[in-house]
Amino acid sequence: MSDPILQLKAVSKSFGAVQVLHDVDFTVRAGEVTALVGDNGAGKSTLVKCVAGIHPIDSGEILFNGEPVAIHGPTDASALGLEVVYQDLALADNLDIVQNMFLGRERGKPWLLDEADMEQAARRTLASLSVRTVTSVRMPVASLSGGQRQTVAIAKAVLWDSKVVLLDEPTAALGVAQTRQVLDLVRRLAEQGLGVVLISHNMADVFEVSDRIACLFLGRMVAEVPTKEVSHGQVVELITAGRSGELGLQRPESVTA
Amino acid sequence: MAAPTEGPEKADLTKKGSGATEPGSAAERAAPASTRSADFGIDTTAKTTSEAVRAYLTNLRNGDLGALPALLGLLALFILFTGLDSGGTFPSLLNLANLLQQGAGSTIIAMGLVFVLLTGEIDLAAGTASGLAASVMALHLVAGGNLLGAMGTTVFILFALVVVLAIALALILRIWAGAAFSAVALILLAIGFPPNPWLQMLMAVCVGVVIGCLTGFLVAKVGMPSFVVTLALFIAWQGVILQLIGDGGTLGLRDPVLFAVANGNLSTLWSWVLFAVAAGGYAAVLLNRQASRRRLGLVAQPTGLVLLKIAAVVVLAAIATLLLTQNRGPGSVVISGVPYVVPIVLVLMVIGTFVLDRTRFGRHVYAVGGNREAARRAGINVVRIRATVFVISSAFAAIGAIVYSSKVGSVSPTSGGGNTLLFAVGAAVIGGTSLFGGRGRISNAVIGGAVLATVNNGLGLLGMPASVVFLVNGVVLLLAAGVDVLSRRRSAVSTR
Repeated sequence: MSDPILQLKAVSKSFGAVQVLHDVDFTVRAGEVTALVGDNGAGKSTLVKCVAGIHPIDSGEILFNGEPVAIHGPTDASALGLEVVYQDLALADNLDIVQNMFLGRERGKPWLLDEADMEQAARRTLASLSVRTVTSVRMPVASLSGGQRQTVAIAKAVLWDSKVVLLDEPTAALGVAQTRQVLDLVRRLAEQGLGVVLISHNMADVFEVSDRIACLFLGRMVAEVPTKEVSHGQVVELITAGRSGELGLQRPESVTA
Repeated sequence: MAAPTEGPEKADLTKKGSGATEPGSAAERAAPASTRSADFGIDTTAKTTSEAVRAYLTNLRNGDLGALPALLGLLALFILFTGLDSGGTFPSLLNLANLLQQGAGSTIIAMGLVFVLLTGEIDLAAGTASGLAASVMALHLVAGGNLLGAMGTTVFILFALVVVLAIALALILRIWAGAAFSAVALILLAIGFPPNPWLQMLMAVCVGVVIGCLTGFLVAKVGMPSFVVTLALFIAWQGVILQLIGDGGTLGLRDPVLFAVANGNLSTLWSWVLFAVAAGGYAAVLLNRQASRRRLGLVAQPTGLVLLKIAAVVVLAAIATLLLTQNRGPGSVVISGVPYVVPIVLVLMVIGTFVLDRTRFGRHVYAVGGNREAARRAGINVVRIRATVFVISSAFAAIGAIVYSSKVGSVSPTSGGGNTLLFAVGAAVIGGTSLFGGRGRISNAVIGGAVLATVNNGLGLLGMPASVVFLVNGVVLLLAAGVDVLSRRRSAVSTR
């Protein structure tokens, strides 16, 4: 078991009166795939957005390589090597693939972008992801299919020398072959020593690629367990009820006792 | 250019270094070289001319019409008016040069508006803001440099306070250029310089920037809808213009330099110099891009097509220069040479296009217009981008105001009011800029401005009453907006 690369300690987050995250502890280890599961509204996407710097956290600590870090915005997160593939992909339809992949981190001088360098890097990255269907990296994203957009969004995250990649339901819009590719990629990224967080509702995917499973239930982290030690049914119980046997939230009677 | 010479070396390094040296990206490390097949190799081959033409046609069918409808419309209008105008006035050289001068003012305002429209906002105040900039300029000229006396102490102090406010807002928004220009406006106000046409024009532009800082702050930082903010300011600036000029008053621009901006012409020699610089520059940019992309092994347009484009531009520019350097004076007075407005519009167009296409700022403007949330998540300072486009829009409006006031020779309380803004928005939209944001180019505004100028000029020469002119302008704008919506629907359908 390797050292934790990213650690969240007692992170809380509210939107107005609604508390979305309650004292969440979460650990991502380098070289491992951590699956983050939970029902709709459990706070998975909010957790990812807090790490990505989109939502500031209300309380708690984020540690990167053991050092406490302050993430005030998306640029802070990407400077640390945290990359996120969002559920809604966050691509600008009117820009082409290269422009989207480098959005906010364009190469070259501010007053003269290095288009050729960016285009070459984008092509290399897409080629390494075995993208077969995109005919030109200068195609606007508006003219791509759902699966192609997903690939571009993932390519955007792995283009950088990243340390931790968080994927928010990366296979939801994909076909069978593309899902296979993404899962293989997730595994390969972890083998290369990156910390990978995979959010998914698909238990088969989770059990196939993850090393550990973290389960959120109504904004609380109820379990962080090695994948080998839990069964399919236990994880489903954790997601829906917040507990399963000895795992998860304690029974009310044992709390009072 | 230093970048292209570095490129191949960098590429070689990363290719060699898939295992040993510094890896390029996480993905490249994750994918062993063996699995990196040449799947993506479709893109490397240079396209032939016929393939390029076919790709262009596919784009058209998918709804990416760009400026094509406007260009065809312009051609149709020229043929129509040449046929209808039996007196032969419309196609005369004098009228064509006049048409350029008439259309330049609102075209420049439209170019600035393109920036705002690209972010999906609207600047309804650009018209009266331009009038305000022009009236400050004209007031300075008429009062012989004594703005304090001409405005009255109270108004002058209020005016200076607004400028100070704009500097503060620009600093809060971190728009350094906006703060700098506003500071120049304050200095010009404070030193009370003697009448000088160049400083007066600079002052007009600075006033435009001051106005833009206010609008930008209210829209981007406070978060009010741009429609409401600029509607309110449209009315407010109208009031300020009335206060400065006085009801029914007119400020004459009796200055040779200010008069020449829209009415003067380049000498024959300078006209040809302009031709050489413009056509040569266009050819150099295209050929340079072609050569560097070929060298780096990226997809380049077919050389034949590039040469054809260059040849077309050079020939058309040469014909236009040749015609405009002929004597077009109606009587014994010799009028010849390319009007000053042509280089003015060209320079602004080149700068605007460069900023939007080649700079980080321009890329971010498109991103904010295309998907604001994605831009925010990419770490782009969306507030700053949205505020800056209003500063640019107002500054362009001020330049446009200098040109149209110079054409008329005076500034009145109606300057910049009425239809000025709507024609400018119309010009941008007719040229193919989308009101929904994210799509459009500076050159769209120039083409659209030419269409509207042609319609107004042609109908005027046919002796049509104002009622018909307004009606036709409205229909042209409706057609353009309709084409925009239809092409968007088309492109939406074709992707899903």
